[in-house]
Amino acid sequence: MKPFRYQAPGSVDAAVEAVEPMGVAGQGGAFLAGGTTLIDLMKLHVLTPPSLTDVKNLGLDTIEESDGEVRIGARVTMAQASEHPIFVERAPALSDALWKAASPQLRNVATLGGNVLQRTRCPYFRDNVSPCNKRDPGSGCAAIGGINRLLAVLGTSENCIATYAGDFANALILFDATVETRTDEGSREIAFEDLHVIPEDHPERETILGDDELITGYRFQLPDWARRSVYVKARDRESYAFALASAAVALDLDGDTVREARLGLGGVATVPWRAREAEEFLQGKTVSEDSALEAGRIAFEGAEGYEHNAFKIPLGRQVVAKAILDAARMDLSGAPNSSGTSEGAN
Amino acid sequence: MGHHRDDEQKSAGKPKAGITSPEVTRRGFLGGTATAGATALAGIAGTAQEAVAQEMEAGGSETVDVSLVINGVPVERSLDARTTVLDLLREELDLTGTKVGCNHGQCGACTVLMNGTRVNSCLTLAAMADGARITTIEGVAEGKGELHPMQAAFLEHDGFQCGYCTPGQIVSAIGCVKEGHADSEAEIREYMSGNLCRCGAYKGITEAILEARDATRSSDVGGA
Repeated sequence: MKPFRYQAPGSVDAAVEAVEPMGVAGQGGAFLAGGTTLIDLMKLHVLTPPSLTDVKNLGLDTIEESDGEVRIGARVTMAQASEHPIFVERAPALSDALWKAASPQLRNVATLGGNVLQRTRCPYFRDNVSPCNKRDPGSGCAAIGGINRLLAVLGTSENCIATYAGDFANALILFDATVETRTDEGSREIAFEDLHVIPEDHPERETILGDDELITGYRFQLPDWARRSVYVKARDRESYAFALASAAVALDLDGDTVREARLGLGGVATVPWRAREAEEFLQGKTVSEDSALEAGRIAFEGAEGYEHNAFKIPLGRQVVAKAILDAARMDLSGAPNSSGTSEGAN
Repeated sequence: MGHHRDDEQKSAGKPKAGITSPEVTRRGFLGGTATAGATALAGIAGTAQEAVAQEMEAGGSETVDVSLVINGVPVERSLDARTTVLDLLREELDLTGTKVGCNHGQCGACTVLMNGTRVNSCLTLAAMADGARITTIEGVAEGKGELHPMQAAFLEHDGFQCGYCTPGQIVSAIGCVKEGHADSEAEIREYMSGNLCRCGAYKGITEAILEARDATRSSDVGGA
């Protein structure tokens, strides 16, 4: 690691005041939470922040529910959230996306605020040598003509095909969550779906967050039908691997008929991906293998495969179909607390 | 600081074969030559470093004062902010049971318990762990000359071949049980996935955890 200054302010106000501007391509100062991405990339010299502002003394570590609205502090860890009854019982897609990600050691420290900002695993971004528009704007993209098996097929541009690597975000996007942030100017709220931006001409810009903007939490309504939700993740090994293709699905069913469907994709896109056209297709349909596969086909319309990753398109369609069928088959007859009251809040 | 290195070694971990011996050891030899090289360089770089340090005082510091409890022993140090918990254990405290594997949070060889839960010490800055309780492989057994039930079970079930990943596996196995994720073989396999074993001793590791599970639940390890 390059030398850096370290500070751990005692309040959100002090932290957003003290943080050094994050700068182009994230090469300025940085907030430090679990550090599982940041310290890793600092060891590779991919990131060389002159200073770190540790958020460990800021609280923001509770999960609460009131009036049907769930609020998650940004410092809640992946492990803590994956086991919380609100998610386990009433939004299994969120719980599953968390425990199917990373390893127990990483989940014990990685926070939900940091997790959605996890950087890509594109090998050309991480090697610190190859041309990479995300790491070194304007230098080109070594991945497009390189070994691109793990890279994205949706939301790509001629400048970048780096996959968004996280899982939780692909499930959170189902629930129209709001991101709460702070800067030294004050607070703001961002629709979660607007937080990440596709690369287009500026792969170095990954979110709409400002130079000193800190995610403090998320909040969202958790409808009763979120109980019927799953996260299906296809990967090279059964555990502790990034998704080749994943799908988060929540279904509001009337018998076998879909009242409303929500569909998020992971491992295949440059940002957490909401497949709205496939959602619209499912509305009013009877759940069957055919309709599930058709939803998968629609979800990947417009996908562009490259030399080694084109397999993700048929794989992704199958993963979407499996997720829809798995969600539809969930037996919720024994589910406790079907009125959606706030028992089990932290 | 207030601690002499030798005192700390005695109390923080059991004496390790080789380290206390007056004979030349591999680790001592390598450490000695590295120090000699670093001293030669320090003469050139010293002034420039001081200038940089003064310039960077505002908005944080390149050195951090940390205070931790490691295997029950209070430790205070003033460290380069880049120091990880793994660096602190191995380079400052000679607690070399915790291994450096990938050094990027991918293999689990560096697993320690921090406030009772498993973390990768290679990705945890010592500054982030200020105030924490750390338990390493040297601290899992309750008394000298005894093994923790998980250590004994790893021996019994051949939960290793080369042994390099073993300290991390054992600490992680204790954490896995204490965190409540050892109810079935399938759950153990999932919740031990952060510890890789290139020898492929997973079958023995899983059997060891199943056997030591109940005894581990009732064992007192670093407040875990």
